[in-house]
Amino acid sequence: MVRLGAFLIGLFMAGWLLVSAGVTTYEMITEPAVETAEHRFHKHPKEVSFAHDGPFGKFDNAQLQRGFKVYTEVCAACHSLNQISFRNLADIGYSEDEVKAIAKAAQVPSINPETGEPATRPGIATDKLPSPYPNETAARAANNNALPPDLSLMTKARHDGPAYVFSLLTGYQKQPVELGKRFPDVAAGSGADPRDPKKPAGNLHYNPYFANLNISMAAPLSNGQVTFDDGSKNDVKAMAKDVAAFLTWTAEPKMTQRKSVGWAALIFLIIFTGLAFLSYRQVWAGKEH
Amino acid sequence: MSVAWANEYKPGGPLMQWVDERLPIPRLMYNAIGGGYEVPRNFNWMYNFGVLAGVALMIQIITGIVLAMHYFSSVDGAFNSVEHIMRDVNGGWFLRYAHMNGASFFFIVVYIHIFRGLYYGSYKAPREMVWLLGVVILLLMMATAFMGYVLPWGQMSFWGAQVITGFFSAIPVVGEPLRQWILGGFAPDQAALTRFFSLHYLMPFVILGVIILHVWALHIPGSGNPTGVPVKTKEDTLPFHPYYTTKDGVGLGVFLIIFVILTFFAPNFLGHPDNYIAANPLSTPAHIVPEWYFWPFYAILRAFTVDFLFIPAKLLGVLAMFGSIALLFFLPWLDTSPVRSGNYRPLFKKFFWFGLLPCIVVLGYCGVMPAEGPYILLGQLAAAYYFAHFLIILPIISRIEKTLPLPNSITEAVTGKPALAAA
Repeated sequence: MVRLGAFLIGLFMAGWLLVSAGVTTYEMITEPAVETAEHRFHKHPKEVSFAHDGPFGKFDNAQLQRGFKVYTEVCAACHSLNQISFRNLADIGYSEDEVKAIAKAAQVPSINPETGEPATRPGIATDKLPSPYPNETAARAANNNALPPDLSLMTKARHDGPAYVFSLLTGYQKQPVELGKRFPDVAAGSGADPRDPKKPAGNLHYNPYFANLNISMAAPLSNGQVTFDDGSKNDVKAMAKDVAAFLTWTAEPKMTQRKSVGWAALIFLIIFTGLAFLSYRQVWAGKEH
Repeated sequence: MSVAWANEYKPGGPLMQWVDERLPIPRLMYNAIGGGYEVPRNFNWMYNFGVLAGVALMIQIITGIVLAMHYFSSVDGAFNSVEHIMRDVNGGWFLRYAHMNGASFFFIVVYIHIFRGLYYGSYKAPREMVWLLGVVILLLMMATAFMGYVLPWGQMSFWGAQVITGFFSAIPVVGEPLRQWILGGFAPDQAALTRFFSLHYLMPFVILGVIILHVWALHIPGSGNPTGVPVKTKEDTLPFHPYYTTKDGVGLGVFLIIFVILTFFAPNFLGHPDNYIAANPLSTPAHIVPEWYFWPFYAILRAFTVDFLFIPAKLLGVLAMFGSIALLFFLPWLDTSPVRSGNYRPLFKKFFWFGLLPCIVVLGYCGVMPAEGPYILLGQLAAAYYFAHFLIILPIISRIEKTLPLPNSITEAVTGKPALAAA
């Protein structure tokens, strides 16, 4: 009974799946997939290497501090970093006094102790970095209804995150002509409408590293925009790399610690496994198996 | 297995004797996983994975209990509490990465354990009950893993919960009320998150209970072995301790080395980046993909694209997905070949290596790829084979196959010489 029932069910399942496969094949032939603009023009992140790459990689504190400067002077105008407190900055090489000074220079939300009205006060080390906008509505109102995402976890929230941030920041470019010809709707978002050049250009910006090619954020970096105290290079590429490294740290501040503990665990386990193998050999000596 | 020649428990000292006389737990352990359990001498390395699955469960329970001390199951706080664990809890990043990757490793070892059982016919008489309980454990694991994945309340957590609970709405008439009852609302929200947390904490202990039954059921007939030939004489077996404790020790070391490499050097390799974005019910991710251990089942779900008479394709897909696991419950009665081990079944072996395994790999691949023409087509063909393999091919093979001659005993298979003494 079991086998007869199974046979019939199996015949139905396999049969209907084969019928469905036939239908799928027919549909693939009659309605070939239409190539999308994303499929044609979207690019994978550029190749870029960082000091923290690989199993021995460590954060380069000087680079992280430069990245923090880029974040503060450029990104922080629109993007929050709400997982990070001022005290965390000690991890990237700032002294206690420097952390206190950085915190004090920032205004964090508070309440007026007399009236209870919303107010601000100078920050202290345990405060989180303040957000540029009080809430999502305010953020959208200031940015053409686009919401600048929080950047704390950005490098973990995208495939190949650090390279993605670097590529996005350095990837702004003119629309390819082909885009306007083949995908006028997409092209209209980030340029003049090829079907009606008199219409005002869309307020998006073409960037092939962004998922749907049109990003609300205008190219944020320009050469020489941020001056580094150590005189490091400050062209767009260098700044993009520094801020990508900094955002790798904000996403994973324990990365260096994780790797060093990993090596300790690995060495311990290799010794353990070696000893386990020797005792296995000794116990089984002379036993054919 | 309670063979006549098994060692008897002898208390190591007066304290153990005192305990053993009053509550024979030392004796129980000795007979279950110590020197009193006689095991076939010819296990290969594939027989390590049961113990490894037990270790994986313990890793999950221990890391999970500590994580729960710091986790906050609120829709506003869950995502940030996970980041709090990653940043501010001492060693929290390790606990969380170990738990996250531990789930994957639990599935890796359990899947290998299952395929070991499939190849060596471990599900056959007299071990059907062991197999049935194993399938129950697999189902419990899947439910637990799904609910655990919802807890960080990232984008994939939320949308995964939305999709998976959506399966229930495919059931005619009661589907939608059932889905709302399960979620405690119209969509995943606070009620769903809190109950998933509660159940996610409960289920591992249920799994532990069923594992005890699984091992108990195994110890009635005793362990199988790669030849499938039953134990006959004393020469055929060795005491579990020290022989297999040392062998499992090596397996454990290798398992932990791979686990550590992934956990410490590529902790997010098996995860999805979208789950580092806080859940947003207003923004659907471009591709909703489950964790890798569900990919083959996800492919089966999506393989049904055509309605059958009055049965909608979605319902067929859901039935097929659950059916793909449920059919394992019937496996002991579908494969009627008296020969257990695939080593002595030439035809079975071919279909196992060149049919079933590639079919699962293809299903997994189709499960992670977007639902587009070629991947759907490939998934449909592989899913058709999957059902045909278990429900049609296996029963037929059992009937027509000419099996190879079996060795007279385990000892003969190992040494090439007939056993010395009869029991």
